[in-house]
Amino acid sequence: MRHYVNDVSIVFGGAAGQGVQTIADGVVTVLKRNGYHVFACTEFMSRIRGGSNSTEVRVTAEKRRAYVHRIDFLFALNEEAIDHLHERIDDDTLVFVEKSLMKRSADDARFIDTPLAEFAKEAGKAIFSSTVAVGVALGLLGVAPDSFFDYLAEQFAPKGEAVVESNRKAAGLGYGFGREVAERENIRVDLEPAGGTKDALLLDGNAAMGIGAVAAGCSFISSYPMSPGTGLLTFLAQKSNDFDIVVDQAEDEIAAINAALGASYAGARALVTTSGGGFSLMEEGVSLAGVTETPVVVHIGQRPGPATGLPTRTEQADLNLALYAGHGEFSRVIFAPGTLAQAVEAVQRAFDLAEKFQTTAFVLTDQFFLDSVAPVARTEIVRLPIERYIVKTSADYRRYAFTGDGISPRGVPGRGDGIVKADSHEHDESGHLTENFGIRHRMVEKRLRRLDALASESLMPETFGDIRSAGAVVVCWGSSRGVLEEALAVGGREDIAGLHFSQLFPLHPAVEGMLDGKRVHVLENNATGQFADLLRREFDVTVSGRILKATGEPFAVEEVVTALEEV
Amino acid sequence: MPGKNMGWCPGCGNYKLLDSLKEALPELGIDPRNLVIVSGIGQAAKTPQYVNAHMFNGLHGRALPAALGVKLSNRNLVVIAESGDGCMYGEGGNHFLHAIRRNYDITVIVHDNMVYGLTKGQASPTSSMGMKTPVQVNGVMLEPFNPLAVSLALDAPFVARASVGDGERTKEIIKQAISFRGFAVVDIFQPCVIFNKLNTYLWFKENTYYLPDEYDPTDRIQAFAKATETGKLPLGIFYRKEGRKVYEDLLGITDTPAYEHTVSEEAFERMLDGYR
Repeated sequence: MRHYVNDVSIVFGGAAGQGVQTIADGVVTVLKRNGYHVFACTEFMSRIRGGSNSTEVRVTAEKRRAYVHRIDFLFALNEEAIDHLHERIDDDTLVFVEKSLMKRSADDARFIDTPLAEFAKEAGKAIFSSTVAVGVALGLLGVAPDSFFDYLAEQFAPKGEAVVESNRKAAGLGYGFGREVAERENIRVDLEPAGGTKDALLLDGNAAMGIGAVAAGCSFISSYPMSPGTGLLTFLAQKSNDFDIVVDQAEDEIAAINAALGASYAGARALVTTSGGGFSLMEEGVSLAGVTETPVVVHIGQRPGPATGLPTRTEQADLNLALYAGHGEFSRVIFAPGTLAQAVEAVQRAFDLAEKFQTTAFVLTDQFFLDSVAPVARTEIVRLPIERYIVKTSADYRRYAFTGDGISPRGVPGRGDGIVKADSHEHDESGHLTENFGIRHRMVEKRLRRLDALASESLMPETFGDIRSAGAVVVCWGSSRGVLEEALAVGGREDIAGLHFSQLFPLHPAVEGMLDGKRVHVLENNATGQFADLLRREFDVTVSGRILKATGEPFAVEEVVTALEEV
Repeated sequence: MPGKNMGWCPGCGNYKLLDSLKEALPELGIDPRNLVIVSGIGQAAKTPQYVNAHMFNGLHGRALPAALGVKLSNRNLVVIAESGDGCMYGEGGNHFLHAIRRNYDITVIVHDNMVYGLTKGQASPTSSMGMKTPVQVNGVMLEPFNPLAVSLALDAPFVARASVGDGERTKEIIKQAISFRGFAVVDIFQPCVIFNKLNTYLWFKENTYYLPDEYDPTDRIQAFAKATETGKLPLGIFYRKEGRKVYEDLLGITDTPAYEHTVSEEAFERMLDGYR
């Protein structure tokens, strides 16, 4: 008997354009609506059509937010998918494939001949094969197809009742086949829906970031498309009419950030989104934001570099880029959300702190995070109040007036009687350029002083396990949260606690005490351990071990469980 | 700004351009509280330091993107982007092209002295071929950038050239450019008295002429012919095309400035409902 308890990993693999995403969307939505914990993540090649892509859908009894290497059921839409994923196919993997598509021998008990095309044609058209596939998956899991029928009605209503009906037929054929295979192969899935996800929102990282930006009152985005940063630009463009957001596709990233700074100077909450390569071009803008004290939010969707690197893959290797971006010395804030709900909140915090402290606020994500899908409860969607910190100026207004905390009241042109002079040169309080060394000294100090206040407002890391009794602490940040949380939970190492940082800079001074006396290890999806180095720089922490991965893939739960054995 | 410690050399053409601009603004009835001058880097880019108006003095080459952000975030503001030939046509060349394509309602004033002054005398994109400099030791070899022809090729709706030697006419051209609705390009000849010994006040006087009264500025082909003329260089309004939609209108931007932006709670809830 094939017995699956509380955790099933289903992978859909095929070429770009074959419907992998459509199938995964259907499966995830139906399972979510039935109250199951689901999580999906996607890997794909840098192609428009063709290549070999896959989406992993996990159905679990516990809430899980990580990638597993293991595949229980593989739906291969072409033979290449089997080659592409061969390292993940083991003795226990069942492969659902149309054997007629295979050139090599399909004489293998693990291969289940799955006539997707035949059922699709029977239902009406070859294009319905995605619907058949969802039906088969639901049949295997034993999830009644009723809510899938409803979903199909929503999806295809605009195309007419006949299309809806044909899809329902395709779904029914697939479902029946799935049940039949479950019976024949003696497949038993023990997985109760936990409930609570039915009314949840089904978001991916892009949507979470976008919802955060809308909630923050972002009114201006200028960006140049670059994977995986483009999703946020697209999201806000889609919502621009509903929320009066100005969207400008810039001629290059340099224009993008300079336009954002102009917009912010004039009173907009302005955002740019890009990836590491595009951000390299934006660096001068970060420096300009620094000297002019102009708020701006920068989203860097990380992917592996250097240069073009692996355009559609994932990595956490641009922390140093954000941390040290821009010539000169000035403040900044860096967030790295680890959950979708954290992303919604982090973007709002980024806008708030950027304006409150007149600085650049970064939000670091990555391809794995942006393309991962999970339910988020409505109650988890945090709304922060929108406070603008913009003053109405009087005739004697001085943009860079010296104040106790280094933050000058921020005026914008056209609001009040004052004149607002923002200057990229070193400047005096009124914003006129100066080469007075005394003023220069005070301005440098003014621009850096806010770092202390920023640190005291910094988010503390989230803890997994009992940190007081633990001898060792494994530190992670950003998208590595889910894999560490799960590996600690299933690895059974109660002597290890996990810490997840969703804010990387500045660090709260109390972090030092949390690490004091512990063996500190880090888990980072990069080759060198950039956050480990930051911890050492900030708190003189001795880092005992670094669990690193820079292949372009996210960490799998299995490899982190193994790595934790060495901690 | 009286009493300001000016950053320009004695005799610099920038002073004359500043005078023309400062006369033009009140004659147009522009309230300084409603005017933003965005500039890049260089001696020309210091101009807004000496004008009573809002200023965003950004980075080299980046005046136009910053001006875009300002205009799209508060379209009630009068926006002027002002810098030199190196900033606008060299470092900012790509932005210049795409700014014209957008046609947002700003005025672009380019101080064109055909040399790099602040970096001490190297060739600029508009330097004449053959001009020797400390870097172009055998003389400039590259064909000069023709800002008017490029603007016309991209159908910029207002294209003009002035010369600071004639303050009155320069002022009038600036006034027309600011009053024009759309992307208005004004290239303004001005001597660099320190580093450009070729294109002097006298040279500009002897090598320019005004387009005649009967010249029709709505004829783009003729404007292109004038912009590419060799020998004596024409001054005046080369091209003027009314009615081209500005980017702000195409984007549907309202008069509400971005600092008053609010989030519709109803739309927000509706958006979330879409993710069930």
